[in-house]
Amino acid sequence: MDFDFYLSTIWSVLKALPLTLEIWFFGIAFGLIIATGLTWLRASGYKSGEYFTRVYVFVFRGSPLLVQLYLVYFGLSQFDFVRHSPILWPILRDPMYCTIVAMALNTAAYESEIFRGALRAVPVGQIEAAKAFGMSAFTRFRLVTLPIALRLALPAYSTEIILMTKATALASVVTIMEMMGTAQKIQHDTFRPIEVLTCAGVIYLLLNLSIARLFAWVEYRLSPHLRPPPEQSQQVKPVPEVL
Amino acid sequence: MSANVAAAAKAAPSSDETPAISVKDLRKCFGDHEVLKGISLEAHKGDVISILGSSGSGKSTMLRCINLLETPDSGEVRVDGELIKMKRSRDGHQMPADIRQVERIRANLAMVFQSFNLWSHMTVLENLVAAPTHVLKRPRAECLEQAEALLKRVGIWERRNYYPPHMSGGQQQRAAIARALAMNPKVMLFDEPTSALDPELVGEVLRVMRSLAEEGRTMLVVTHEMGFARDVSSKVMFLHKGEVDSAGEPKEMFARPPTPQFKQFIANFNK
Repeated sequence: MDFDFYLSTIWSVLKALPLTLEIWFFGIAFGLIIATGLTWLRASGYKSGEYFTRVYVFVFRGSPLLVQLYLVYFGLSQFDFVRHSPILWPILRDPMYCTIVAMALNTAAYESEIFRGALRAVPVGQIEAAKAFGMSAFTRFRLVTLPIALRLALPAYSTEIILMTKATALASVVTIMEMMGTAQKIQHDTFRPIEVLTCAGVIYLLLNLSIARLFAWVEYRLSPHLRPPPEQSQQVKPVPEVL
Repeated sequence: MSANVAAAAKAAPSSDETPAISVKDLRKCFGDHEVLKGISLEAHKGDVISILGSSGSGKSTMLRCINLLETPDSGEVRVDGELIKMKRSRDGHQMPADIRQVERIRANLAMVFQSFNLWSHMTVLENLVAAPTHVLKRPRAECLEQAEALLKRVGIWERRNYYPPHMSGGQQQRAAIARALAMNPKVMLFDEPTSALDPELVGEVLRVMRSLAEEGRTMLVVTHEMGFARDVSSKVMFLHKGEVDSAGEPKEMFARPPTPQFKQFIANFNK
């Protein structure tokens, strides 16, 4: 075992972690925005909105992310209007932005399905109670539907976020030297694939472990009603301001 | 409002004010099945009306039409003299004309459900405070104070920080009644409040309802509790196949059932 080589590899790959996190963060952030829009469109009741989201999900869930990434990075620049557009070109000539765009479009398809399922799973009785007490549609959504749906969506959403962490490795194929790109370069330079890829794999594992723990903590905090009841003697907890 | 009272007084000089609830010729179909075939009802302030009927007689649907959880196909509902305005949609279905009006009226008609329907992600106290602060826009501190008082009244103040799944059915239903009371409603609608409870828990809920009746609250109660209907309510209404089969003073109704259907119905319960 060549510990020095392991250490230097881990160090080199870790130096690319910020770039990986950057792709990851912006990918899921924009993905969440698009997914929210898609979910709203799907639930809006407009037939055209429903068809659009169906086709969207069919396309982006049904084809590989790698294909989508190549199409965004290599494909779109074939069109003159893209190259001459003052808005599109600065985004689409940059491999970093292209990766974020492809990831956001892709994850939005999955997330919109997760959110749709969660909204449908909110018990009708809970919404009826909100109606019967005179709450407006907006208040009902904010106080009852959304909090319940978010709790229902969280487990599946955390899985999707973990899938996205792993998908950042695809950025390496469009010249980005994030963790996977860095690892591949070291591998090509040293011809020691086992050591290098093991290092990269372990870092991804630890990264996903922390993400999973984070979501587990959020889930725990949001579901006191699903845990055993508190002790009778428990201190009185103030009702939070938002309610 | 005052004009309405005046009009009502002119029309019926000897009788009292505007009915708290007045339902006229309510009809409702689910698909081909006509659930309500023209039901009328009038509840005055302080009335406790028990609505009886076998399964499928339309009693729950009727109650849910009053606060527009179901949209009636035709007929009119007035709350405190105010007609709930309806309109026809393009496909011919009736729908509320003014959703703001419906929301305002619903806030005056607190409902208690068969399956409690407490909001499961909120503590009991939060359940009681949510609607008064957000619908009635009352100050939060005042709502909390009232909520605690109401929870003391229904005997579950110790559980105020519990989440609904941590309580027994009887406690949940008492919390749901307290949640309804927190709205200071003009009329309370009970949709089979004890039907989902274990037999030994029914008593605690009925005791709370009886105390509400005694303090003069206006209540419409869809129930299978014959004891409550006979001893507590001021009027009994028996629905049969979507129509009002018979209605009247409870002692009289139970002592001398006016129709063979009602006689049959109570006979089944006494078995």
